[in-house]
Amino acid sequence: MTFFFEVLIGGLLAGVMYSLVALGFVMIFKASGVFNFAQGALVLFAALTFVGFMEKGLPFWVAMAVTLAVMMGSAILIERFVLRPLVNQPPITLFMATIGLSFLLEGLGQGLWGSQVRALDIGIEDLPFDVLGMTFSKFDFFAAGCAALLVGALVLFFNKTRVGLALRAVADDHQAALAVGIPLQFVWAVVWAVAGLVALVAGLLWGSRLGVQFSLSLVALKALPVLILGGFTSIAGAIVGGLIIGASEKLAEVFIGPYFGGAIENWFPYMLALAFLLIRPQGLFGEKIIERV
Amino acid sequence: MSQGGAPLLVINNIEVIYDHVILVLKGVSLTVPEGGIVALLGANGAGKTTTLKAVSNLLRAERGEVTKGSIEYKGQRIDRLTPNDLVKLGVVQVMEGRHCFEHLTVEENLLTGAHTRKDGRAAVARDLEMVYGYFPRLKERRKSQAGYTSGGEQQMTAIGRALLAAPKMILLDEPSMGLAPQLVEEIFTIVDALNKKEKVSFLLAEQNTNVALRFADYGYILENGRVVLDGEAQALRENEDVKEFYLGLSSQGRKSFRDTKHYRRRKRWLA
Ligand SMILES: Nc1ncnc2c1ncn2[C@@H]1O[C@H](COP(=O)(O)OP(=O)(O)O)[C@@H](O)[C@H]1O
Ligand SMILES: [Mg+2]
Repeated sequence: MTFFFEVLIGGLLAGVMYSLVALGFVMIFKASGVFNFAQGALVLFAALTFVGFMEKGLPFWVAMAVTLAVMMGSAILIERFVLRPLVNQPPITLFMATIGLSFLLEGLGQGLWGSQVRALDIGIEDLPFDVLGMTFSKFDFFAAGCAALLVGALVLFFNKTRVGLALRAVADDHQAALAVGIPLQFVWAVVWAVAGLVALVAGLLWGSRLGVQFSLSLVALKALPVLILGGFTSIAGAIVGGLIIGASEKLAEVFIGPYFGGAIENWFPYMLALAFLLIRPQGLFGEKIIERV
Repeated sequence: MSQGGAPLLVINNIEVIYDHVILVLKGVSLTVPEGGIVALLGANGAGKTTTLKAVSNLLRAERGEVTKGSIEYKGQRIDRLTPNDLVKLGVVQVMEGRHCFEHLTVEENLLTGAHTRKDGRAAVARDLEMVYGYFPRLKERRKSQAGYTSGGEQQMTAIGRALLAAPKMILLDEPSMGLAPQLVEEIFTIVDALNKKEKVSFLLAEQNTNVALRFADYGYILENGRVVLDGEAQALRENEDVKEFYLGLSSQGRKSFRDTKHYRRRKRWLA
């Protein structure tokens, strides 16, 4: 039984990291209806930029601040040169544009900072420690803590600030938001900047676990089942979806895996998502489409 | 045209084209005087919404464009401004079909209206109470998700939201749509009160000619992208053609304008 909980909690902690990547997707999708294929590239770009500045000898917090500024600047440029010219185009066009953007970001990141695998040390050792006879990774706890803090801050931002309110308004009805004078461009820039922040945190956490390299942009693929499970429009869904995926893939690996010869961790989440899609296509917390005459 | 008050909004012979090819407004001119309620009447598809959106500049978000003519607000050209600029100037549109933010509460909906304001929380809080004063029902439902409120409550929310922008002029598109007659009366009574007490001018698009002409000072009748008739509301109410085609009353008894052949209608007005 102890072993079961050990696996479960380990899975939940890993799941928080999936939530983090999924969150970036959800915010952009909510505010602009764009499925942002470039979210993974943003994670890679942020991590590369951060490591690059660290290697230039900047102290940790300075590198963090500079990278954050770079991510904000990118958000503004993306709004200005990618989203604004494509306003009113069908969603598929915007989706294609984000595919282009992801190649641009990956190329740019690797061009500027090189493409070799770099270690990223954020000062938290991945040491095991014991609670109640169960062994956990210290790093996992730290990562989960960071993610939880970020999510809490975002929830406050969305619910308690004027800009957060404008963001939610735009997510609900672009036209009406325009009619009350909310400038869409501003809101989109803010959303991409926040997605950049989320990508930075995800990039640091994932990067220090996997090393900073191209495959970092693939963690975004892990967000897909999370999104299907949690719904594309729900922040709570992204969080819970990530936890479920994290926990279930680890449990499946340990307890069902042996019957399949192992390594089911890689495809189990997609199976789960697929099954879920058949039962509840709007996701666990996806916003109900309110219909009213 | 004899209308009291200095002109607040002047639309001068505008032409509107959607998608670069669809010509919808073919030279529309109208004036809204300071403190007036002006009705823009006409059947479905006549171009009322397009006219309002040309003013609020929501047109551009629909790939529509004013290709001729000019629009002036307080003597200043506003054709090139963004909706955000216009709201700051005090011109706010209440869209057809209410367009409440469904997943926001009624109160949050109202507060989004204050997005562009810079005069501080206290002023916004005061205006929120003012809106609750006019629409006590919204106060009861302030914590409800707007998507789950009734059509009447949504219309009130949409108007209240516009009021929180502290507007000088509201472009109100079909407030009566889909509402029971009693509720329509209630909403128009409040519009009238807002006009008198809060000094908000209205440009009101309506298919419900009867109600609109009772509350408006002046009216324009739009058909197929052109103004075919305009005049004091009183005069329009007594006009035989208006009675026949828009009020559904004529000397020969009740009749819908749909029953009459289109060419005949046009001919009589253009003659
Ligand atoms: N976005 C649009 N693109 C193309 N045509 C449009 C668009 N919006 C409205 N129209 C057309 O313009 C005409 C006038 O529409 P509208 O202004 O909505 O009329 P009303 O509000 O009087 O019902 C209609 O024929 C309608 O089909
Ligand atoms: Mg209309």
